[in-house]
Amino acid sequence: MNRLLKHREIFLAMAILLVLVLVTARFPRFAAPGNLLTIFNDTSILMMLALGQMTVILTRSIDLSMAANLALTGMIVAMVNAAFPGVPIPLLIGGCVVVGGALGAFNGILVWKLNIPPIVVTLGTLTIYRGLIFVISGGAWVNADQMSPDFVALQRGVFLGLPVLSWFAIVVAMLFWLLMTRTPLGRSLYAIGVNPTASVYTGIDVGRTKFLAFTIAGAVSGLAGYLWISRYVIASTEVASGYELTIIAACVIGGVSIAGGIGTVAGALLGAIFLGVINNALPVINISPFWQMAISGAAILLAVVLNARGERRHGRVILRAGV
Amino acid sequence: MTDTPAPRHLPNRLDNPLRSTILSWESLLIIVAVVIFIINSFASPYFLNAYSLSDLTFNFTEKALIALAMALLIIAGEIDLSVAAIIALASTLMGFALQFGADTPMLVAIGVGTGIVCGAFNGFLVTGLKLPSIVVTIGTMSLFRGISFIILGDQSYKGYPASFAWFGQGYVYWVISFELVLFLVMAVLYYVLLHRTNFGRRVYAIGNNDIAAQFSGVRVARTKFILFCLTGVMSGIAAVLLTARLGSTRPSIAEGFELEAITMVVLGGVSILGGAGSILGVVLAALIVGLVTFGLGLLNVPGIVMTIFTGSLLIVVIALPILFRQWRNRRPA
Repeated sequence: MNRLLKHREIFLAMAILLVLVLVTARFPRFAAPGNLLTIFNDTSILMMLALGQMTVILTRSIDLSMAANLALTGMIVAMVNAAFPGVPIPLLIGGCVVVGGALGAFNGILVWKLNIPPIVVTLGTLTIYRGLIFVISGGAWVNADQMSPDFVALQRGVFLGLPVLSWFAIVVAMLFWLLMTRTPLGRSLYAIGVNPTASVYTGIDVGRTKFLAFTIAGAVSGLAGYLWISRYVIASTEVASGYELTIIAACVIGGVSIAGGIGTVAGALLGAIFLGVINNALPVINISPFWQMAISGAAILLAVVLNARGERRHGRVILRAGV
Repeated sequence: MTDTPAPRHLPNRLDNPLRSTILSWESLLIIVAVVIFIINSFASPYFLNAYSLSDLTFNFTEKALIALAMALLIIAGEIDLSVAAIIALASTLMGFALQFGADTPMLVAIGVGTGIVCGAFNGFLVTGLKLPSIVVTIGTMSLFRGISFIILGDQSYKGYPASFAWFGQGYVYWVISFELVLFLVMAVLYYVLLHRTNFGRRVYAIGNNDIAAQFSGVRVARTKFILFCLTGVMSGIAAVLLTARLGSTRPSIAEGFELEAITMVVLGGVSILGGAGSILGVVLAALIVGLVTFGLGLLNVPGIVMTIFTGSLLIVVIALPILFRQWRNRRPA
C-alpha cells in the first residue's frame, strides 16, 4: 500500500513537471526560478486549506464550510484592523486562528455530539457563516485604504529569499507532516478512515477525533482568512465564494480518498500545486482564463479515475454478485 | 437472474421506530410550515393575497423540481452536486442555439436533452467506472459550468422569444403559474415512482444495503444510472424554466442551487446516508424553504441574510429530534 501511495505522488509530480515542460517549451521564462516561486506563493493559501481539508476527509468526513469560515474570519479581522489599527498583527493572526478554530469546533460539536452527517452540518454552517459576514459588515466592503500598512505588508515581506506568505505555507505543511506521521492523533485520523468500528475497539474516541479534525480545519481556515484578506486587500461577503470545492479538488487530485483513510501531506500539497501551475500556465499560453474551470473539472475527473484503481479494497469481497 | 423464486410475502412497511420517526417528521414539517405561514401573515400585510402567494411559488419551484429527483438519488445512497452546473450548461446551449434561430420547441428540447446527456455522463462515471459520486459530481460541476464559461466568457445571451418566456412567466389559470402546475404534476409522478412502483422499492433497497440488493437480483448499477439521468432531466427542465423566467443566460446562472436543492431534500427527512425518506417530506420542505425566503423578502431582509435562516433551519430541524431522542434515552425507561 505504501509503495502505491508513493507511486501516486510521483505520478502527480511528473504530471506537474510535464505541464511545466510543455509550457516552458514555448515560453522559456515560465520555468524561471522567480516565476516558479511566484506560483508557489500564489498557491500557498490553497495548500494550507487543502491540508486542513485532508485532515477532515481522512476521517470519512467533509468540510464544505472552510471557504465561508475563511471569509467570515477574514471579515472580522479586517474590521478589527480598520477600527483599531494599533492592535499588533501577531495578535490578530492568533485571533484569526482562534476564531476560525471555534467556527470549525462548532461543526465538530454537531458531528460529535449529535451525530449529524458532516456534509449536512457543513452545508448548513456554510450558509450561516456566509450570512453572518453580511450581518456583521452590513454588506459593506473593507478596502485597502482602511487596512493598516503593517496588516497588508507582513506577508509581502521577504525572509531568506521567500515571501513570508510562502513561509506560512511551509511551516503549516511541516506542522501537518508532524501531526500525520508523528502523533497519536495523526494515527487515529487514519485509523478512523480505514475502519471506524475497529478504531473504537482499539480505544480511539471516534467522535472526539472527528471534532479535533474539524477544529484543525477551522483553525487553518481562520489563518487563511487573514492571509487571503491581506493578500487581495479587500474583505467582502463574496470573498472565496465557491472556493470550498477548489479545496476539495486539490485534495482529490492529490490522491486523498474521499472514502477516508488514504492521503498524505505531500499528496495534498502536490494537488494544490497542480491547480496553481495550471492556473498560472493558462494566461501564459494565451488561453482565456474562462477555460480554467473546465480544465480543473477535467483534472479532478482524471485524478479520480486514476486514483480509484488503488483504492479498491478487495479483501472484504468474498463472493461476487452475478450482475 | 433467469428463474426468480416465488415472491415471498414481505410487509410493505416495517413497524419499527424508524417508521414512527418518519411519520412524525412529516407532521413536524407541516407544523413548521403552518407556523411560518402564520408568522408571515402577521409580519407583513402584503403576504396574504393571491398574487403574493403566486409569486411565492416562483421562489422555489425550479429548485424543488431538482430536489424531487435528488431525493431518489440520495435515498439510493448517491448524490449529485453538479445540478446547478447542468442548468448553466443547458441554459448556455439553449442561448447558443437561439443565435442560430432555434424556435421554442427546439430550445426546450436542447435544454432537456443537455440535462439527459449530463446526467448520463455522471451516471456512467459513477456506475460504469465505479467512482464515488460526490467526487465525480464535484468534477463535472466544474466541467459543465466551465464549458459554459468557455462558450460565453463574460457575455450573455438574451432575446428569447415570448412563447419560450411563457414557461417561466406564464400562468395556466388566474394566478396559478405554469411552473407551479408542472411542479405539482412532477411531485405526483415522483410520489408514484418512489412509493408505488417496484422501481421505488429497489431504490430503498439499494440505499439500505446495495450489496444485499445486488444479491437479491436488483440491478444496482442500472438503477443508479437511471437515477442520475432523472436528476439530469429535472435539471434540464429547471434550466428551461429559469432561463425563460430570467430571459437571459449568463455562465453564473443558478449558482448555489445544488446546495439549496440538497437542503430541501435533507430537510424533507431524507437520510443523507441513504435508505430512508419520502416525496411528501421533500415537497413540504420545499414549501418551507419557499415560505421562509419569501416572507423574509417581504420584510426586506437581504438574500444573503436569508441563508442564515435556511442554514439554521437545516441544522435545527435535524438536531432537534436527535437531541430529543438523546434526552429520552438518558432517562430510565
